[in-house]
Amino acid sequence: MNKWYDSSETGDNIVISSRIRLARNVKKYPFSCRLSEEQAYNLIDDVKNSIKNSRTVFGDSFDFINLNEKSEIEKHSLLENHSVSPELINKNKPSAVLIKDDETVSIMINEEDHIRIQTVFPGYNIKKAWELADKIDNLVEESIEYAFDEDYGYLTSCITNVGTGIRASFMIHIPLIEMFGQVENLGQAISKFGMTLRGIYGEGSEPLGSIYQISNQVTLGKSECEIIDALKNVTNQIIEQENELRQNLMKNHRIDLEDKIFRSYGVLSNCRKINSKEAMQLLSDLRLGIITGILETNGDVNIYKIMMDIQPGNLIKNMSKNVSADERDIQRAKYIRKCLENNI
Amino acid sequence: MLCEKCNKNSATIYYQQIINGEKKEFHLCNECASKMQGVPSFDNMFKGFLDSFMDMGNVGYAKQSSFACPSCKMTFDEFRQTNKVGCADCYNAFKRQFGSVLKNIHGSVRHSGKIPKNAGAKLYTKREIEKLREELKGAVENEEYEQAAKIRDKIRELEGGNFNE
Ligand SMILES: [Zn+2]
Ligand SMILES: [Zn+2]
Repeated sequence: MNKWYDSSETGDNIVISSRIRLARNVKKYPFSCRLSEEQAYNLIDDVKNSIKNSRTVFGDSFDFINLNEKSEIEKHSLLENHSVSPELINKNKPSAVLIKDDETVSIMINEEDHIRIQTVFPGYNIKKAWELADKIDNLVEESIEYAFDEDYGYLTSCITNVGTGIRASFMIHIPLIEMFGQVENLGQAISKFGMTLRGIYGEGSEPLGSIYQISNQVTLGKSECEIIDALKNVTNQIIEQENELRQNLMKNHRIDLEDKIFRSYGVLSNCRKINSKEAMQLLSDLRLGIITGILETNGDVNIYKIMMDIQPGNLIKNMSKNVSADERDIQRAKYIRKCLENNI
Repeated sequence: MLCEKCNKNSATIYYQQIINGEKKEFHLCNECASKMQGVPSFDNMFKGFLDSFMDMGNVGYAKQSSFACPSCKMTFDEFRQTNKVGCADCYNAFKRQFGSVLKNIHGSVRHSGKIPKNAGAKLYTKREIEKLREELKGAVENEEYEQAAKIRDKIRELEGGNFNE
């Protein structure tokens, strides 16, 4: 089964992926911070059955994963693929996740909220992501009654999510806005529109590879479509800015840009040992090189896919053995060299 | 805008504190913000962001802070410490406190998005019954008793449907 991030759509756009998350709670249980262990197990069963026992195509396409039975490495790999949140894997209460075979949908159970439905599509496809999330939401609701209030909408653990419970986000690659030191300004500017900018792995994560997530903060008083439209408007402006900087640089400083990109290519195609932070930064340069046409590829190389594969947990998982950080850096360098060989 | 403390770096953090009912505003750079006492570190920004809203929403409600949600026994003080709601009924129990906080965060206190099918069906019926009750009142006032009887039947039908659910 091909995963969403294998798609070429994650490769050649400023927008890498589009994501929707819906926060839902079950009416008959207290919220997560007040949930007993027994209630948590019942909750997990209820949600699992709402999908697995449904008479739809979805039933068989979801994998149920009990997180309490998983090793730290396995959990970390799920995190790096964005199938689960840090909050879910760090939880010491019973928790689980349902993941669709192509990883476009994950349903986290007993996270901050009882249910977190998350959908993701490659490229600029936020409407598709919303439609799928909406469908899954309806399916779960066939057997589960949600905590819902006529005034406040969907009730959530944190009052910052109440109402629609939606977080719509784009993952964007903005190397030039970052290069010109404009990320902080951008963050400030979009906050006026009720939006926020975070690193690739969400709240509190450090920026890696010039990749950021832009998402809505306001969830109450606006409909899902209004929220998505506002996000699209703001993101379109960011895309425009990044494109403008790129054209400017290509016109006036092409040689400097070429130099930077080819140096990064030089390091990545020759290194024997590299940590993930440096690798991410250099891969970001390569991605820019491919988008601008400075680097020519045979079309078989997807930088975002490499970025996912070289994260510590994924790297170890793909090697299926426990390795030291040093050994990991060596394996990472080897893997990247192999990916680039004959492709660029 | 430059950081108010060092006048060197650009200010990236806006923070407001309410001390004895007096609002104080700060525009700081990352570095100075993390050094300054009472200003949350960048990691805790979000928590601080909520707290400052809480203070605004909570003016005059201090006496009620030991008041607890009847369903899950969460007190408003406890909620403020964790920023996590204990159960669905908390929203009703803390309605007064939440109102202004929600208004500050979202700019609104009324949901206008998706309605779930279960709760939505009831909501629809409820709205329909409210409407019919108004009509019934009008019919009685105008002494249209035949019409009033018809409306009453309709209301009973809808209410009956609700019980069966
Ligand atoms: Zn400063
Ligand atoms: Zn409660």
